[in-house]
Amino acid sequence: MNWEGLAFQAVDGLASASGLFFVAAGLSLIFGVTRIINIAHGSLYMLGTYIAVSLASAIGGPLGFWGGVAATAIIVGVIGALIEIVLLRRIYSAPELFQLLATFALLLVINDAALWLWGPQDLLGPRAPGLRGSLEILGRHMPSYDAFLIVIAPVVLCVLHIVFVRSRFGRLVRAATEDRDMLGALGVNQSVLFTAVFALGAFLAGLGGALQMPREPASLGTDLTVITDAFVVVVVGGMGSIVGSYVAAVIIAEVKALCIGIGLVALGGVSVNFSKFTLIAEFLVMAVVLVARPQGLLGRPQIAVRGEAALEAPIRSASRTLTVFGIAVLVILAALPFLARSSPYTLVLGVDVLIAVLFATSLHFIMGPGGMHSFGHAAYFGLGAYGAALAVRWFAAPMGLALAAAPVAAALGALLFGWFAVRLSGVYLAMLTLAFAQIIWSIIYQWQDLTGGSNGVLGIWPNPPFDRLPVFFLLSLALVAAGVVLMRRILLAPFGYAMRAGRDSPLRAEAIGIDVKKVHWLAFAVAGTVCGVAGGIFAFAKGSISPETISIDHSVNGLVMVLLGGLGTLSGPIVGASVFAILQDFVMQETEYWHALLGGIILVLVLAFPSGLVGGFLRIAARWRRP
Amino acid sequence: MTSLVVTSLSKNFGAVRAVDNVSFSIAGGEFLALIGPNGAGKSTCFNMINGQLAPDGGTVLFDGRGIAGLPPREICRRGIARTFQVAATFGSMTVAENVQMALIAHTREIYRWWRRAASYHRPRALDLLRQVGMQDAADRPCSELAYGDVKRVELAIALASDPQLLLMDEPTAGMAPGERNDLIRLVKALVIERGVSVLFTEHSMDVVFAFADRIVVMARGRIIADGDAKSVRGDPLVQQAYFGSGRTFERAGGVS
Repeated sequence: MNWEGLAFQAVDGLASASGLFFVAAGLSLIFGVTRIINIAHGSLYMLGTYIAVSLASAIGGPLGFWGGVAATAIIVGVIGALIEIVLLRRIYSAPELFQLLATFALLLVINDAALWLWGPQDLLGPRAPGLRGSLEILGRHMPSYDAFLIVIAPVVLCVLHIVFVRSRFGRLVRAATEDRDMLGALGVNQSVLFTAVFALGAFLAGLGGALQMPREPASLGTDLTVITDAFVVVVVGGMGSIVGSYVAAVIIAEVKALCIGIGLVALGGVSVNFSKFTLIAEFLVMAVVLVARPQGLLGRPQIAVRGEAALEAPIRSASRTLTVFGIAVLVILAALPFLARSSPYTLVLGVDVLIAVLFATSLHFIMGPGGMHSFGHAAYFGLGAYGAALAVRWFAAPMGLALAAAPVAAALGALLFGWFAVRLSGVYLAMLTLAFAQIIWSIIYQWQDLTGGSNGVLGIWPNPPFDRLPVFFLLSLALVAAGVVLMRRILLAPFGYAMRAGRDSPLRAEAIGIDVKKVHWLAFAVAGTVCGVAGGIFAFAKGSISPETISIDHSVNGLVMVLLGGLGTLSGPIVGASVFAILQDFVMQETEYWHALLGGIILVLVLAFPSGLVGGFLRIAARWRRP
Repeated sequence: MTSLVVTSLSKNFGAVRAVDNVSFSIAGGEFLALIGPNGAGKSTCFNMINGQLAPDGGTVLFDGRGIAGLPPREICRRGIARTFQVAATFGSMTVAENVQMALIAHTREIYRWWRRAASYHRPRALDLLRQVGMQDAADRPCSELAYGDVKRVELAIALASDPQLLLMDEPTAGMAPGERNDLIRLVKALVIERGVSVLFTEHSMDVVFAFADRIVVMARGRIIADGDAKSVRGDPLVQQAYFGSGRTFERAGGVS
């Protein structure tokens, strides 16, 4: 490490901060006015890069590049306006969770649309005409284009600032950020304002994506990485604050640049490569800010949005019919190895369904009764899976011990991350859990020596007699049934009630002596632990695991399962997980565009069946009973 | 016997002294009203006593021990219960479960995780509901009750922790005039029976003058009067705070 190297990295960090700023500013702006975290903002950025590359290579020359960048920003802005008019307008009054999911569904659909349009290969863009040279800084060469990026972000920031301070549009946006109910009451046409703000946010994202063209290729993976980065920036800077976005983008980019600049360091005999910690460093900054100043560096404490989501009916313990039905299902499942002797695949699918059921039930535990919408539940599934797999790989642990290691690993992770998560609520909590899942993913992905990196861990096979599929199926069934019954008991016991009390009315719960944060923290840990069991079973069922188990995709699958079943009932996640796992098994083999289909399912659920399959069924049943 | 002693309590919001050097006390079994025009600092004062705000200065002693700055749950455990201006109950639970939850919290059983919560303290909960006249609604979801009934349930929840002091922030806000008198009469009967002291803020003067044992009047962050209904009603400072001195227009010169 030398100081000049560090300083050079710091200057380079400013260039990266620009790209981050464009997306984060749009995200923050849209959130401020519409109160929606637009996860598809990363897709708009990605589209920006793709469209700009296409335009630049189709037209060519300086006009193709610079004209293309401008045209791209406008095209993406129009796409944003269309998204707002067609989709978001319908869900402004929906619960936060549904808004997050709808925009995530959009991300999935756009990703597959891009796959269909541009194919799976990364596309390299041309270099910027007029800025191909380099500047000499601190004895090193820096591309002039990077210098241009360093300058352009503050310029855009100033333009935005002037627009917001001087123009009528800007005043309306600031007023809406402060109190949109009041603005509506004053007779401002909110639909037009919201569409305009969304278009502006999309324009910025498209511009950011287009400007990155000479630095990075257009790639299908950018949407998720960009949105997670941008979210971190917005949270650190404060939701709704454009200046905050810039400050935070610079801080984050600098922290990352310094990690790379420090590089390999010998710490007490062990050489630590700091450049691998960029992702973790970024999330550490966010965690510190969230705990110390939850509203972000330049944000204001959030005003509660008026008009809460509809309350759910009290949870009743199972009726006799339901208990009998549950036992019947259990008996049939226990007999499945004998019934399905002719088709062993039934049992493979059966184990998949069981794992999904435990995964979804544990997620529902904190999401429904706990009101904590975790967008990173796969983290605890993955910790369980890796806990078991690494116990086998490094300690040659027998299956029983490895299966016990799974919940322990998950519990430790859930205790650590849950402590931070319960300090927040709503979208902040959702995104923090997502961020934590990304941290775990990146640690496992990058710590190749321990975890096998992207190859994962291979050869985790059950010991006899569980190496025979029917026996393994029965073991899974026993573990999953025990887990489901345990969660149910806890929800109906004082602890579950305290958890619900903290969700229904934190003020009242505190006033009668409940430590809401502690209760929710423990609930988070319980859910993580049970989810770890599911991960452990998964590792032995597949024989190998990879970082895929912790991917955002997997977390979202869990959310879809829970929503499919409905949040308001205890049997919802079981039904939802079963339907989802079977559907996934059949459909995934049929189509290349599984993501788009999944996105479509989510959108239908959010728009048409907000109470899920079980909720919808109950509603129809109630209508039948009342002629 | 004095139960709550507030001494030199102060709170600033920016440059505004919302509560400025306020001192008063409540004797055991006393029904004390804290009144004043909007912005007088009643709610701020109230929220410092119940733990939602930490004071910038001054002390709050309850049974001789300082409680200022403690979190609400700790204050509840010291024997102070409260009701909210907008009634807060647990909407996803039945009426009886709401009270049972408060009883479970009071007996420190919230970390039990196997036996059904519905089987805890049910007779005691029904008894409390009977006292507030809500026993017939025990198994209805709390979210479908009329607002006046929710306020009664909230009272049962507050009484579940067997408090020595009950804090009520505008207990009759949002209620019809008939309901108001019924509710306050009920509170008064219950607290006399149990020997509980009550501190309440209120805008309805009918309620205040009919039921309060003593009245503390605040204006602009300070206490301007402290006494029984008659002395407060006759106090020129109080009249000035509520009706103005009539000099505003003279000074502006608009009215000769």
